[in-house]
Amino acid sequence: MSDVNISKIEFSKELSSFIEKWKNKQGNLVMVLHKVQEEFGYIPRQAAIKVSSLLDTPLAKIYGVITFYNFFKLEKPGEHNIQVCTGTACYLKGGIDIINELEILLGIGVNTVTDDGQFSIQSVRCIGCCGLAPVILIDGEVFGKLEKDQLPEIIAKFRDR
Amino acid sequence: MATKTREDLGKIREDHKAGMVLDNNKEEKNIEIIVGKGTCGIAAGADKTFDAIIKEIEEKNIKNITVRHAGCMGLCYAEPTIKVIIPGQPETLYGNVDSEAARKIIERHVIYGRQVESLIFNKPAIDILSEEKDYNSDYKQYRIVLRNCGVIDPEKIDEYIARDGYAALEKVLFEMTPDDVIDELKTSGLRGRGGAGFPTWMKWSFSKSVKNDKKYIICNADEGDPGAYMDRSTLEGDPHSVLEAMAIAGYAIGANEGIIYIRAEYPLAIKKLEIAIDQARDYGLFGRNILGSKFNFDFEIRLGAGAFVCGEETALIKSIEGDRGMPIPKPPFPAIEGLWGRPTIINNVETLANIPVIINKGGDWFAKLGTAKSKGTKVFALTGKIKNSGLIEVPMGTTLREIVFDIGGGISGGKAFKAVQTGGPSGGVLTEDFLDTPIDFDSLVAVGSMMGSGGMIVMDENDCMVDIAKFYLEFCVEESCGKCAPCRIGTKKIYELLDKISKGEGEIADLQKIKDMGNAMKKASLCGLGQTAPNPVLSVIRAFEEEILEHINDKKCRAGKCKDLVTYTIDKDKCIGCTVCARKCPVNCIEGERKIAHEIDQSLCIKCGTCFEVCKFDAVIVS
Repeated sequence: MSDVNISKIEFSKELSSFIEKWKNKQGNLVMVLHKVQEEFGYIPRQAAIKVSSLLDTPLAKIYGVITFYNFFKLEKPGEHNIQVCTGTACYLKGGIDIINELEILLGIGVNTVTDDGQFSIQSVRCIGCCGLAPVILIDGEVFGKLEKDQLPEIIAKFRDR
Repeated sequence: MATKTREDLGKIREDHKAGMVLDNNKEEKNIEIIVGKGTCGIAAGADKTFDAIIKEIEEKNIKNITVRHAGCMGLCYAEPTIKVIIPGQPETLYGNVDSEAARKIIERHVIYGRQVESLIFNKPAIDILSEEKDYNSDYKQYRIVLRNCGVIDPEKIDEYIARDGYAALEKVLFEMTPDDVIDELKTSGLRGRGGAGFPTWMKWSFSKSVKNDKKYIICNADEGDPGAYMDRSTLEGDPHSVLEAMAIAGYAIGANEGIIYIRAEYPLAIKKLEIAIDQARDYGLFGRNILGSKFNFDFEIRLGAGAFVCGEETALIKSIEGDRGMPIPKPPFPAIEGLWGRPTIINNVETLANIPVIINKGGDWFAKLGTAKSKGTKVFALTGKIKNSGLIEVPMGTTLREIVFDIGGGISGGKAFKAVQTGGPSGGVLTEDFLDTPIDFDSLVAVGSMMGSGGMIVMDENDCMVDIAKFYLEFCVEESCGKCAPCRIGTKKIYELLDKISKGEGEIADLQKIKDMGNAMKKASLCGLGQTAPNPVLSVIRAFEEEILEHINDKKCRAGKCKDLVTYTIDKDKCIGCTVCARKCPVNCIEGERKIAHEIDQSLCIKCGTCFEVCKFDAVIVS
């Protein structure tokens, strides 16, 4: 395969200097991918290609690492990614009902994005707020002791933020 | 901020002991309000509470008062929580303190000196004893690991130092040899708190005995068990305790590099760690020639990325090495040949948090607590259908009954206790018959479960045990790395059988198939994930055979959870035709005119249970 298609994707100064700092550290791949996802919200293929070139690591290896770890996304999530915790305590206290209700309210399934690109739903592993089960996370904000009828208001709060 | 000497640290401790209101008998002290700001607290609105308190103090012009924030106090079911400490009065712990409640507390308690009865949380407060005082069995909880959580501000290193922080590191560097340190741990009897319960001193001595110019200390902060958050709270509330312990470990085995492998899902804990490391470096407590000794030690933080299997030692190492986190066969054990082939000690957060206290107070002191083979205390995340859901720390040997009913307050909603699950996806369920089992590593294994990392989930009559077994298996199916056949295939096959059973399509032969596959997985899987994945389902088959047989033979789910086995009908005698259910039904399958009894069209019903939830007349029957 040719390496002519080195991507035209732009990395911010912060991301570039992070990669520069970590370039010569052993085992840098996971940390670099975290920073890439922090910047783009997911890991675009073009970004992976650029990382492959900067770290001198085969793209296949990068793909293998991205797909192994739950945290890394290959597809762009919505502007506001709604993460519903499906740990044991949240499961017992109705976490799945919350997911079902969100699917009905937003008209999309898990791991898909609404047509206007505003929202996506993701079921995530235990985030450690079990005392407040069931819990969802939107844009880093935690909502606990959630009930289904609180959802429309919460969604409205984030829409067009 | 400059490098500190040992004398400097001593002075900080003296100065701060005078200023820190830990003993209520000092009259010149300020009034103190502490607001718990762990992740749960913030989620419940602790930031707003903090602001409301500051505002009220400014408006009412109250002097001689300090407001601080601290980590999680462990009362997760009542967040936001605040502690009011007025000199000469007992400490008062308040729960569910929103902005309104905060104003009330300032007005009534702080200004007029009268507690706000309705908001007080007495029981946990009088239940808890801190390690500063000797253990007294009148108290159900004894805080060693959580000693500083909810007490100090984790972003102020001086507050940690004031409470004997880094005194253990000083003692180790200047008064003890590496062998002394390991001996002290041996005396203490400390066993790993991550789940395996391996004697900590032994692991350290293995690494110490290997000659290598580079060794590593890794803190396993991957806390992947769903329902467990002991490590998160410890790192958010008292990050220095872990850092100090890692440096002590480094001294003992001959390592100069510490790595904290922490899951990416804990952003607040990561931030607190970064701040703590910076502040400690600034003081010269980490880096080269610590406190004037010849010892060097420094840290790096590495993030996990959402893989449960990376809590396993060899997978964790692979992850740090930048690979897919797939375990490798042991031996070689990481203690001998670990990260980059070097001797590596991997210890759990909770194990580490015990170390400074063991060094300061002595292994003998620690060994007085707990049972014969399980010394010290254990932190549990008590969650599920329990009234007082939260983080507790109890001496080993406390019974499950005491935890669930005394500390936990019993089942919420007046329902009946069904089972308690310990050990997460590697553990088992325990029924009422086993409630008097004392908690320790060996006794829990003897009754078919295990300690695990500390997640303790309480279930009531409305929880279906087939459903729970299915939940844990589904988790293992997704988290299996796929490398070895027993786990990759076994988890999936057992899950499929449970799924069949939950849909009323199970056969008796399925149970034997599950047992056979489970036993094969236990013997032949490459790592702990596969070896322990069958535990929940095997324990459910042992303890709840009747319930499973009901699913198979009678196609019945007594808890009403397995949707395919449940039918929702409307009792015509109770229904008054208020139309609420019909309006709320997401698939419009309820027919009926106003004031006439309604009916559910079974062919359209999706068993979501909404009608059951909204009916105020108990007219919806679940069968």
